[in-house]
Amino acid sequence: MMKPVIETQDVVKIYHDGSIDVHAVNGVDLTIAPGEFTALVGPSGSGKTTLLNMIGGLDKPTSGRVIVDGTQLETLRDNELIDFRLRKIGFVFQAYNLIPVLTATENTEFIMLLQKRPKEEREARAKALLKEVGLEDKLNKRPLELSGGQQQRVAVARALAPKPAVILADEPTANLDSHSTANLLDIMARLNKEEQTTFLFSTHDQRVIDRARRVVTLEDGKIISDESFDR
Amino acid sequence: MLLKIAWRNIWRNRLRSGVVITSIILGIWSGLFVIALSAGLNEQRKVSVIENSISHLQYHHPQFLDDRNSKYVVAEVDEIVRQLESDTAVKSFTLRSLVNGMASSARGGNGVVINGVDAEKERQVTTIADHVLDGSFLPDEGRFPVVIGEALAKKMNVRIRSKVVLTFQDANSEIVAGAFRVAGIYKTVSSKYDEMNIFVRRSDMQDLLQTDNAVNEIAVLMNDFEAIPPFVEKERNTYPELSIQPWNEIAPELGYADEMMEIFLYLFLGILLAALAFGVVNTMLMAVLERKRELGMLMSVGMNKWRIFSMITFETISIALAGGPIGILLAYATIHYFQSVGLDLSMWAEGLQNFGIDTMVYPHLETKYYWSLAIMVVVMAILASIYPARKALSMNPAEAVRAI
Repeated sequence: MMKPVIETQDVVKIYHDGSIDVHAVNGVDLTIAPGEFTALVGPSGSGKTTLLNMIGGLDKPTSGRVIVDGTQLETLRDNELIDFRLRKIGFVFQAYNLIPVLTATENTEFIMLLQKRPKEEREARAKALLKEVGLEDKLNKRPLELSGGQQQRVAVARALAPKPAVILADEPTANLDSHSTANLLDIMARLNKEEQTTFLFSTHDQRVIDRARRVVTLEDGKIISDESFDR
Repeated sequence: MLLKIAWRNIWRNRLRSGVVITSIILGIWSGLFVIALSAGLNEQRKVSVIENSISHLQYHHPQFLDDRNSKYVVAEVDEIVRQLESDTAVKSFTLRSLVNGMASSARGGNGVVINGVDAEKERQVTTIADHVLDGSFLPDEGRFPVVIGEALAKKMNVRIRSKVVLTFQDANSEIVAGAFRVAGIYKTVSSKYDEMNIFVRRSDMQDLLQTDNAVNEIAVLMNDFEAIPPFVEKERNTYPELSIQPWNEIAPELGYADEMMEIFLYLFLGILLAALAFGVVNTMLMAVLERKRELGMLMSVGMNKWRIFSMITFETISIALAGGPIGILLAYATIHYFQSVGLDLSMWAEGLQNFGIDTMVYPHLETKYYWSLAIMVVVMAILASIYPARKALSMNPAEAVRAI
């Protein structure tokens, strides 16, 4: 069996809300192999985003272990976590979160720039990815000059650019119309196969669920089903 | 890229950044101009006192300074005169006989300092002769001419050729009186000086005092301002029995004013920049709080704290640097212009003359203050960026990225 790229072992996350302890994630064991295209689904408050944040190194579990691409995250110090996110994780956010003052190309290059990759490599990779996501004619457009769907495609290109081990997408289609959603899912599915990058989504969106090859359902912080599909 | 982001971020909210940059420009411009004006007023007051009366340095009998009695004369005058005449650092000098007395006319009297001078020598040392509005400065012909200030002339209701009686004590404490004719009326920038000082021929004064070559004061003008301290030092060693003082000891308030001016300039610049810094902090804080999601994204994707801090700092410095140099250049141009043409403050003439300041002021500012301010602007920007940058770094990326 292939070594998993994501592994959580009895992960628990408890938030303290005054005198009440809220178990956002309650003993989750999850293993994801490289190249998977997985949707993490469940109602609001089921713990999807919390689990995604812990996998992405944005939050630490109260107990349990999170291992991503061989790195055990709870052992990392803050600076090491920042570097881990920079090297291993690509993020796609619900609200796109592009840098408004940079062009599509500059936004796509940005994480590679933080990684201090050479200029030529950055430019070539950014242009190739923007072409892949169908934005070759928008290279010099700033986010405000692009539609929501186009902005999210730039965000996907940005996340993919440094070739991370995992792309974590938190409700990536929540702000998109049907056409943009279908278009974005086509692109992500294709890039998942071409680049062999692991995608993990948190979503409510049935259109995303219908395209995922694995659907993990959470409820009250626990996995209640884990189904795989041949798509 | 960070510099590019910082620069472009400034122009995201053009109005807000524009207001802050304009306030920096106006603050620096007006601040520097006010400082230059103050420095100009101070310099002018100093120069006018030096040129009109005290010159660069003076010799006295040590007790004369306390008592101002005409019996305290400078010893070894002939030797000093010979030495002053031969010293190339000395531009000119004048001998004065001084006595406190009373000037009276039919209208009334006034306490005055009677300056007995040699007209030609005095012309070479002070500009008092150039300030004569009416008549002439102690002509050789005529009996007992006196030159008085305009303020005193008005007070005593005298004109050219009017009779003025001067009364004073001679060296033996006997009261001496002499009738003089007004030969000239002068007006300097200081109405107080004009009211207090009158000029007569030294020879006339000595006739009345029945003394011969009694000199109470030797005033010296040097070729170079920098040459004053070593010359004074040398003369003090040569004539230890005399009191030899440079201008800033004769009129210590002028020296203090110079020293105070430097402290005042930096204090004023500091206060000015502190006020501007609050505007910058406010703007940057708003910019940071408005961009929570963007900053959350940057932290999420692995931008380290130092880079985020640097980005905010660059941005703050960019705002300051967008306004600072323009303000400094504008101030330089304005100061330079008024330094050559002067600033006419004649509408406040009366008040200024009470302080011994001319109504035409020439603002000036040493180059070092421009550089100091430029450095202070950058330091201000760095300090002003600390709080907004710390605010940005205190955000939780997972929460910030979802901020509305």
